[in-house]
Amino acid sequence: MRITQGTFSYLPDLTDEEIKDQLQYCIDNEWSVAVEFTDDPHPRNVYWEMWGLPMFDVPDASGVMLEVAACREAYPVHYVRVSAFDAQLTRQTTALSFLVQRPPEEPGFQLERQEGPDRTIRYTLRGYAANSPEGQRYGRGEG
Amino acid sequence: MPRPAAGGSAAPSSEEEVEQPLAEDAVLDIDEIRRESDVDAVLDRLDVELVGLLPVKTRIREIAALLLVDRMRSQFGLSSSRPALHMSFTGSPGTGKTTVALRMAELLHGLGYLRRGHLVSVTRDDLVGQYIGHTAPKTKEVLKRAMGGVLFIDEAYYLYKEDNERDYGAESVEILLQVMENQRDDLVVILAGYKDRMDDFFRSNPGMSSRIAHHIDFPDYTVDELAAIAGLIAAEHEYVLPGDTTAVLRDYLEKRMRQPRFANARSVRNAIERARLRQANRLVSQPGASVTKQQLQELTPADFLASRVFTEHSDRQSDDDTSGVC
Repeated sequence: MRITQGTFSYLPDLTDEEIKDQLQYCIDNEWSVAVEFTDDPHPRNVYWEMWGLPMFDVPDASGVMLEVAACREAYPVHYVRVSAFDAQLTRQTTALSFLVQRPPEEPGFQLERQEGPDRTIRYTLRGYAANSPEGQRYGRGEG
Repeated sequence: MPRPAAGGSAAPSSEEEVEQPLAEDAVLDIDEIRRESDVDAVLDRLDVELVGLLPVKTRIREIAALLLVDRMRSQFGLSSSRPALHMSFTGSPGTGKTTVALRMAELLHGLGYLRRGHLVSVTRDDLVGQYIGHTAPKTKEVLKRAMGGVLFIDEAYYLYKEDNERDYGAESVEILLQVMENQRDDLVVILAGYKDRMDDFFRSNPGMSSRIAHHIDFPDYTVDELAAIAGLIAAEHEYVLPGDTTAVLRDYLEKRMRQPRFANARSVRNAIERARLRQANRLVSQPGASVTKQQLQELTPADFLASRVFTEHSDRQSDDDTSGVC
């Protein structure tokens, strides 16, 4: 099951060239770009690991691409995303965030039903990948 | 994981943009292509703003010409790869290495070889760490900032210390080499330093030397060129050098050039700065209390004649350029 999280996630995966253009757009808007990664696919998992610090003073997208490439190399089967923070007063929030790498196989989620009193049912999602401990999900992951 | 090319979306439109190559016997008008690009404007500005430096200007002209030729070649469907642009600037102090590097960044940006055209100026301190494992991230950080522009490494020979093989500088050089090779489209590296020490540096790092396409030597300025530079510096500060002052200044420069620690354009700048001080003192301490605009702008011969260069005997070594005025 292909996870759709962040901007552009309903499009085919972006090529490096397209990623670079998007990054340049972020930089031109004076957003600071950060690279993050995780191997927990749950949609409510908002706190991803940071790959280095956000890049405040990199004026060209190819500098950010170096970090993206380094992160992909270190975590070849993790989710990697790029998020751009707009520090402008009155906004001060993430302006753009999109995936730049996903695992080759995404097993998807199991829907769990929990019986409650009076025949009520509570639903919850659990990623199949999350069955294995962190760092060992998606096959050949390395901690 | 390598990204697969996005299936349908981007490919067809980019194919449409590719122009058909011109016919084999087509003829291109060079003048027209020159006019279309702003190469001439860039080169003319360089001629006006930089005095002398013939080898540098020649090389820049060649690079600009290659750009034009590449554009024409691509119209015929011939391959046009980006030339290697890493450079080394060698020369005496004050011959304009840093200034030219700054110009070079603007210029390569103007010619379309660099996307951003900013200059990141660093020395050994910014690249080399203090303990094991500190150097690589530090160097990479700097490279990241310089992407799309020019990385200017001043006094690059400090990066490598021959007598200390455990020096972390070697690690930095290694990373630099790798990036210079792999990211040629994104980054231009300019190494600068004094001639003899840079030669030593390249001798101990043959890989570095061979990856640098342009070794440009900055010649010392002649008196005429120095006088022209003085005129430019004065104009920049909105001062005027009348004819008799220029004559004295030339005399001053000829004497100063024979003294130790002469730093070409930097010495000229210092001389002008000191003349400004003397002029200010002269105007403030003059008996009459009025001053005209012309007086405020003019540097007189006396402002230069008071210099130690004229008063001192040549057997006594003068102090460092910047220290003290007499």
